[in-house]
Amino acid sequence: MNWPVLSVVTFLPLLGALLIVLMVRGNGPLAKGTARWVAMWTTLVTFAISLVLVQKFDVSSAEFQFAEKYDWLGVASYHMGVDGISLPFVILTTALMPICILASWTSIQKRVKEYMIAFLVLETLMIGTFSALDLVLFYLFFEGGLIPMFLIIGVWGGQRRVYASFKFFLYTLAGSVLMLLAIMAMYWEAGTTDIPVLLRHGFPVGLQTWAWLAFFASFAVKMPMWPVHTWLPDAHVEAPTAGSVILAAIMLKMGGYGFLRFSLPMFPVASHDFAPLIYTLSVVAIIYTSLVALMQEDVKKLIAYSSVAHMGFVTMGIFAANTQGVSGAVFQMISHGIVSGALFLCVGVVYDRMHTREIAFYGGLVTRMPLYAMIFMVFTLANVGLPGTSGFVGEFLSLIGTFKANIPVASLATIGVILSAAYALWLYRKMIFGTLKPALEGIKDIGLREAVIFAPLVILTILFGVAPKPVLDMSAASVAQLLDGYNKAIGVKAAAGESVPASGLEARIIPVSVAR
Amino acid sequence: MNSLTDFHVLLPVLPELLLACGAMVLLMLGVYAGDGAARFVNALCILLLIAVGASVVMLPPGRIEMFGGSFVVDDFARFLKLVMLTGSGGTLILSLDYLTNEKLQKAEFGVLVLLATLGMMLLISASDLIALYLGLELMSLPLYVIAASNRDSARSTEAGLKYFVLGALSSGMLLYGASLIYGFTSTVNFIGIAKATQGGAGLGLIFGLVFLFAGFCFKVSAVPFHMWTPDVYEGAPTPVTAFFAAAPKVAGIAIFVRATTVAFPGITHSWQQIVVFVALASMVLGAFAAIGQKNIKRLMAYSSIGHMGFALVGLAAGTAEGVQGVLVYMTIYVGMTLGTFACILSMRRDGVMVENISDLSGLARTQPAMAFLFAMLLFSLAGIPPLAGFFAKFYVFLAAIKAGLYLLAVVGVLASVIGAYYYLTIVKIMYFDEPAKPFQSMPFLLKLTLGVFGLLNIVFFVYPAPLLGAATAAAKSLF
Repeated sequence: MNWPVLSVVTFLPLLGALLIVLMVRGNGPLAKGTARWVAMWTTLVTFAISLVLVQKFDVSSAEFQFAEKYDWLGVASYHMGVDGISLPFVILTTALMPICILASWTSIQKRVKEYMIAFLVLETLMIGTFSALDLVLFYLFFEGGLIPMFLIIGVWGGQRRVYASFKFFLYTLAGSVLMLLAIMAMYWEAGTTDIPVLLRHGFPVGLQTWAWLAFFASFAVKMPMWPVHTWLPDAHVEAPTAGSVILAAIMLKMGGYGFLRFSLPMFPVASHDFAPLIYTLSVVAIIYTSLVALMQEDVKKLIAYSSVAHMGFVTMGIFAANTQGVSGAVFQMISHGIVSGALFLCVGVVYDRMHTREIAFYGGLVTRMPLYAMIFMVFTLANVGLPGTSGFVGEFLSLIGTFKANIPVASLATIGVILSAAYALWLYRKMIFGTLKPALEGIKDIGLREAVIFAPLVILTILFGVAPKPVLDMSAASVAQLLDGYNKAIGVKAAAGESVPASGLEARIIPVSVAR
Repeated sequence: MNSLTDFHVLLPVLPELLLACGAMVLLMLGVYAGDGAARFVNALCILLLIAVGASVVMLPPGRIEMFGGSFVVDDFARFLKLVMLTGSGGTLILSLDYLTNEKLQKAEFGVLVLLATLGMMLLISASDLIALYLGLELMSLPLYVIAASNRDSARSTEAGLKYFVLGALSSGMLLYGASLIYGFTSTVNFIGIAKATQGGAGLGLIFGLVFLFAGFCFKVSAVPFHMWTPDVYEGAPTPVTAFFAAAPKVAGIAIFVRATTVAFPGITHSWQQIVVFVALASMVLGAFAAIGQKNIKRLMAYSSIGHMGFALVGLAAGTAEGVQGVLVYMTIYVGMTLGTFACILSMRRDGVMVENISDLSGLARTQPAMAFLFAMLLFSLAGIPPLAGFFAKFYVFLAAIKAGLYLLAVVGVLASVIGAYYYLTIVKIMYFDEPAKPFQSMPFLLKLTLGVFGLLNIVFFVYPAPLLGAATAAAKSLF
């Protein structure tokens, strides 16, 4: 079989969106139903085909697989492919999409058709981001995702949706345009924007520094890292449930994926030099945003801040630049994708019933919703990082990696683990235990549709907690190759350390001043 | 036999001849047939423009010089003439229903557009200072008249008068600059000037260059010669605004690029800093000044000021890549402008045109297809991938980075982020706000124009190769 699997997976959702545009007319119940079912089947089939990728993926190879390449722009080409680092994200995306569609089944009642179209287009753009092997193509998918997300937050969002959608859009755009300029500079330096070629290119130190900063501007906003995280709580709170799930589970991961795919392997020297900066920001994010989370009165905001804290572990792990750190970061991203997505879905369950996200409004839910309480507990504990859940593996590995690279940073980050237990358990106690609030007398436990949504997520959370090997194996070869290249580049630099000044900036300035 | 060979010599100017003769025939037809046939004459004007476009395509390839080197037909000219003709023809199509509805349907309108188009054709091919000035004036005079074509409207006449006074001033400056350049190089021919300035330029020539640039900047409404733009855009009848935004900008940029790259390659460092400043100032002012606008035509004026800034980023690079970027930019810009104005011209409620941005409120629910295409055009104007507008910006900044103009590139992209804010505001009004009373349904011609350019804008990324290839070839013909 020689069909372009990856392109099919990428563009099938777009085809589904087109189908809805062409087929569904009007706004009646029939039209709504058709739009929902088309979206559901499209995402399910996409997921099924994406499993072909898993099945045929050669775990022992670090090369890009399922590669496709065609002429496109002259400057850039249409080059797609996945390796062990990107494939988990592709699968995460395709797996979460049907769940998102199902989660919006009854809660979205206005403009259903447009909603489904926006989600399907978004899926294409997200899969494309993870499987693009050309910088310009990557940028196209990466930025293109802003348009549907802007509309999702703005049209189907809550009270302050306009503010949140603008903040989301402009923050992310401002970070990314600088990356675009760096991409152009890299093109003129290397003569191509082909990622596999650029990975082997070896950029001069001066360019590395500037390009690293430009990419950092983009990914730090997307991730988001402290102090440019402020768009996230707003966007999360205002977005509809499925929008929050996509944001937390997939779009945030684009930042981490970017660091892994570009910053670390393409600019190793700059990454090495800037690691202290990343450590500092990560530790601040872990401790500070955990403290902020403790003070929240809105459930979604609390989970949003906890996402920022968890992303701190990811950045720390990535820039520790050792096997444990990097594979821990990859695993943490996948795990957080499942767990935070599930937590937002949990919020969505009670929000659909009570239409408020205020923590103080809830209490004693366990008496009316025992099943819900149990599911919520699994994800709360996974969020805390309890051994036996997927959250533990990622956090543990990235902490080990960081410990190897920098002990004080790892020690400080551990405080964050304690804090995360504090806010997560506090939230759980407030909402689930205690006396039942009178307003909640009539609340119903989760139904079949909701059970179907949560079942795979619960299973995966526990499965990856006790048997993380499939994910770690998938990425192992690619991570090893990445670190091999990184260490070589750092080694070359260290060997030449006597003659070349330590900082990239100085390296750029000194020859000029000597020439004068 | 002899006369036949003479005609053969004139073949490269066939499009211009066709246009000039056709315009005069149509003028006669319009005068004798009276206002009753005005719509018919204006429709014939569109057909004539299509014929002219076809004759441009069929011109023999290669570089041909005419009239002692003052008129050049090369790939660059052919490319931009087609783009400009698209702009002219597109706006004529947009204007037909508007003119009937507003009781402004007059045959002069189409004929004046044709004459302005003829001026632009000359301008795009001009290769000496005399031809440049002739083309420029032939373009400008009909523009002054059509700006004031709604004679009963105080705003329209004010726009025409303002444009005329300031336009005359700028022509004077340009002419003064041209005379200085002639005085210091003793030639009016671009290639002759290039030879004379090979080893650098004296202060007098630089003075001339600055005045010449002032004239160009006025025509493309680049900062600091942009002041007329918002008033004229707002006051002129909307199809005229669309015309101003599309066609003359192409011709203005064309002569700006040809004059700088062909006549002054030896003193690039001297003019480069001017272009860098003009581009920077236009991008930043366009982005900030548009934020506070309530009237959509005024907003489009600031938007076009910003877009000219982006196009000039490519020229600032002063390389073949830069010119290619400018060409791609102008092509996509014309397409986006026509699509956008098709939407603006559809803003008609109870038989009256409305122009406030707030009138678009909730359009996504009353007219979803129009709102979607309009929103995509706005995202494209903001430069968001994967829409066409992204590629336009991509190529000019690519050239700027190669030329080492980092400050220009960084400020430029940040200005585009600020600019995105006001485009988003319109999308927000259309998508997030509660619906207002729906507009009247779109006339077929507007639907057609919006459909064609709206869809091209969205699917451009699928197969951009033909445009990019043509632009590369066109840019090479200047170097």
